[in-house]
Amino acid sequence: MTQKFRLENVGLINRNKKLSFKFNGKTYYGYEGDTLASALIANGVHLVGRSFKYHRPRGFFGAGVDEPYAIVQLYRNGETEPNIKATEQELFEGLEATSVNCWPSVNFDIGAINNFLKIFLPAGFYYKTFMWPKSFWYKIYEPFIRKAAGLGTASIKHDKERYEHKYEYCDLLIAGSGPSGLASAYAAAKNGASVILAEDKSRFGGTLLTSEVNIGNKSGKEWAEGIISELKEMPNVTVKNRSQVFGYYDHNMLVMSERISDHLPETKKFHPKQRLWYIRAKEVLISSGSIERPIVFGNNDTPGVMLSSAAKEYMKVYGVLVGRNPVIFTNNDSGYETAIEFKNNGIDPLILDTRKDPNSEIINDAKNLGIEIKNSYVVVAAKGYKKVKSADISKISDDKEQLGKIENIKCDCICVSGFWTPTIHLASQSGNKTKFNEEIDAFVPGVSKQNEKTLGAAKGIYTLQETLKDSFETGNELSKKITNSENKVSFPNVVEKKSTVHDKFWCVPLPKGKNYKRFLDFQNDVAVSDIEIALKEGYRSIEHVKRYTTLGMATDQGKTSNLNGLQLVSKIENKVVPAVGHTTFRPPYTPVSIGAIVGREVGKHSKPTRKSPMHTWHEENNAVFVDAGVWLRPRYYKQGNENLFEASKREAKNVRTNVGVCDVTTLGKIDIKGPDAAELLNRVYTNAWLKLPVGKARYGVMLREDGIVMDDGTTTRISENHYHMTTTTAQAANVLSHLEYYLQLVWPELNVNVVSSTEQWAGAAIAGPKSRDLLKKLFPNSDVSNEGLPFMGYMEGDLFGVKARIFRISFSGELAYEVNVESDYGNFMWEKIIEIGQEFKIQPYGTEALSTLRIEMGHVAGSELDGRTIPYDNSLEGLLSKKKDFIGKRSLNRDAFTSEDRQKVVGVVPLDKKTSIPEGSHLVKDANAPLPNPKLGYISASCWSVEYDNPFSLAILKDGKNMIGEKLFVMSPLKNKVIPVEIVSSHYVDPKGERVRS
Amino acid sequence: MLYIKCPHCGWRSQNEFSYGGDATVKRPELGKDISDQDWNNFVYNRKSLRGRHWELWQHLSGCRQWIKVERDTATHEIFNTLKATEEIS
Ligand SMILES: [Zn+2]
Repeated sequence: MTQKFRLENVGLINRNKKLSFKFNGKTYYGYEGDTLASALIANGVHLVGRSFKYHRPRGFFGAGVDEPYAIVQLYRNGETEPNIKATEQELFEGLEATSVNCWPSVNFDIGAINNFLKIFLPAGFYYKTFMWPKSFWYKIYEPFIRKAAGLGTASIKHDKERYEHKYEYCDLLIAGSGPSGLASAYAAAKNGASVILAEDKSRFGGTLLTSEVNIGNKSGKEWAEGIISELKEMPNVTVKNRSQVFGYYDHNMLVMSERISDHLPETKKFHPKQRLWYIRAKEVLISSGSIERPIVFGNNDTPGVMLSSAAKEYMKVYGVLVGRNPVIFTNNDSGYETAIEFKNNGIDPLILDTRKDPNSEIINDAKNLGIEIKNSYVVVAAKGYKKVKSADISKISDDKEQLGKIENIKCDCICVSGFWTPTIHLASQSGNKTKFNEEIDAFVPGVSKQNEKTLGAAKGIYTLQETLKDSFETGNELSKKITNSENKVSFPNVVEKKSTVHDKFWCVPLPKGKNYKRFLDFQNDVAVSDIEIALKEGYRSIEHVKRYTTLGMATDQGKTSNLNGLQLVSKIENKVVPAVGHTTFRPPYTPVSIGAIVGREVGKHSKPTRKSPMHTWHEENNAVFVDAGVWLRPRYYKQGNENLFEASKREAKNVRTNVGVCDVTTLGKIDIKGPDAAELLNRVYTNAWLKLPVGKARYGVMLREDGIVMDDGTTTRISENHYHMTTTTAQAANVLSHLEYYLQLVWPELNVNVVSSTEQWAGAAIAGPKSRDLLKKLFPNSDVSNEGLPFMGYMEGDLFGVKARIFRISFSGELAYEVNVESDYGNFMWEKIIEIGQEFKIQPYGTEALSTLRIEMGHVAGSELDGRTIPYDNSLEGLLSKKKDFIGKRSLNRDAFTSEDRQKVVGVVPLDKKTSIPEGSHLVKDANAPLPNPKLGYISASCWSVEYDNPFSLAILKDGKNMIGEKLFVMSPLKNKVIPVEIVSSHYVDPKGERVRS
Repeated sequence: MLYIKCPHCGWRSQNEFSYGGDATVKRPELGKDISDQDWNNFVYNRKSLRGRHWELWQHLSGCRQWIKVERDTATHEIFNTLKATEEIS
């Protein structure tokens, strides 16, 4: 198919590179430098989708970021992406795209029946209709609405593309490379400031690419090219195209998405698809320009009705005609520029100007070219369903209320210009208090909250001369303050056509007896009548009107619709627009892909993975791993066809009968040094620490100020002023911050230093009746006898030439030791223990066996110290010193903490000695009591006791101390289980603790 | 994301810090008698101020120092930062 609407010799596309692409399955051709939109228009394709609510045919309305209609589903290199604007997507060889929101096809759409039922779909329709009957919502209404609506399909496949994040700092961030962006960037760069200049499109220059101006004896485009190539050469400047600054956050932090590979058939090797920039800028210059405003008239959503500036851009940038028989409908001089461009390309346009007798240089040019102009004329309605075929036009009275006789004229496109709306999104996001400018009927930035300034058209300056002068000066002033140097550039001579004032007209009245839909919001199908209904029904706040009618709530954020919506509300309410106020602008300015937001932190990279030095050994020995915080720990070591239950039972049993070894590297470790170290411990732990001798370890419990147990662990006195503290794996970071808090803020007089040493030491727990025999062989030169190294003793040892720390501490309740060596020797230590342990039938054990061993011994751990329990609840009240104060002690006096029937940890055994008890189940007195059945407590941890070969659990039970021997029921509604149980002591095995001391 | 001037390290982004509550709360001295009301005020009762507020932050992924930051809770403007040992004036 030929490109019937392609002009010869016009545009910035590369005609030497022809590209083929597919739209809705049909093959077309375009050129390198096209967007999907320009290539489709070149091929005469104007029907690209269906509207959101009424499924009316949709074409192209703009040529860039403001596009409300042309949203497609893109297919690229085996991936698919929804919500792509055809006006932004650059063409590449093999591109495929389909329409969205149409079913079964864009040409025949069942949902379009909504269009004929539209009387039933007014504002708030969904709220009113689908609320009743309630049960219908999930089953009938929602699935149907979801199928009929929606803007494409998200892929459910893993995205194989890479997305990156980048943090950057600069003196000036300049958003937009139009005349104001270029001028300010150039002036600032010349003063030596570090500058980032961001341009959303692939081409730099903004409106300079399409306007007939002359700067320093060059065309606007040539001048822009010159500035850009000079900026690119400067080491203090970063120039980025395809980069949208979409969010302005606190403290001058802006976020920009750079589309690195979206314009290529596939991403180059080692390149990301997109990159998200977090930019902290000293100063921000917003040069985001302005967006042309539509004029509201009947059926103004018909394909072929588009912004006049877009029509001009399609001609000048892409060499494409949006039609051969255009009507230009304008209230200002911009429409004339488009008309002149048509004329220059051999097309005869008709201008309908709402103004009675405007006069300016541009208008004279148009007249001199012989362009037909009708003054005080409006388009009443577009005619045609899938494309404009004609227009009903009419004269309009001076007061703009009365239409004259309606005439029908043939045309194939209607180019609309309702003047210009400054793009104030970034300024508003920054906290800038915007103000209404009567002269241009639009909001402009007002008082800045952050270091931000807006330039040029984005603040309502529409002449090039003034824009450039202001931008050069602002760039110079701001950068001068930062760099303290000035290298002022001379201001170029500017030639531009003078224009005259616009007409504030924005909405064509309905002719008598006609009920045309006059759309305000083209993406969400919000018409004038919808706003009228909302106001009739009592909605007043613009924020409420917005939500009720969905005006401006589509993915285009109402870039073309917000102001006309405000105009309408203010007209009906008889208020001025600033009194109505605009709705809040929120980031992102344009849709950002989830991939870019997430960056590299996906899948296993979503959090860091920490591995012990023995990790490889575990892997090679069939360890099945479990996440313990960010650590990977062996849960069990699989032998043959064992499952978790069988393996952990075997491992735990072997600890009880022989000896086992467990990787305990993940335990938090804090090195504490200083003359006041003992005093610190004495204040943060609940028990006494001042008299712990060198070479001894002690178990300690730490509370929060509110009396809740924060953490537990052993701390060992290595030497006079040197302690080694251990914490649970989960609380390691919090405990360190906790100690730092008290040392730095509360007791700065204490002379103590604390530092994390978790990563410096590899740890192996050696547990079981034969552990001492093994230790003797590991440390033949040390006296590790019960006398030489008693329970809670500590010594240093020599492990075949490696310095080791040996602690006689036990988590399993067996005779046990913990050996630490420097991390680099961790694997050496582990292999030696395994090798020498063979004769004692050593087996490694994982966290599951570890849990079993501690549960049946009644040792509390994370599942009991869960941030809701006090020492008493965990039977740790014996560790509360009566002689001294400590952190959290005062809170333990609270009535609830001292009540007679306070909860306490107990053991739970099923009466049948067979049924496993699910963790998290509730304990109740009567299984058949009416609901809600009073809950007496909950199961905190469960295991299969290897000592007694039956299930055993720990529970936190109300009045636990008096409940031993009681028969209760465990209820788990989740697992649908009711289990009769007996309450026993939490110390199920070796209640006197003889083994650890043996 | 806030930009906080650590008195030890200089300007750093908020993601290096963790928030630590009201900096004007003084922990009662250990071992001293204190009424239930005063203790409750220390542990639980905080004003939810709108406006200027001295608060604690820890430069967790930096020097690990606790610092005092005077911030406007409504606008996020930061007026001043102090070392842990410096008194709020
Ligand atoms: Zn710091």
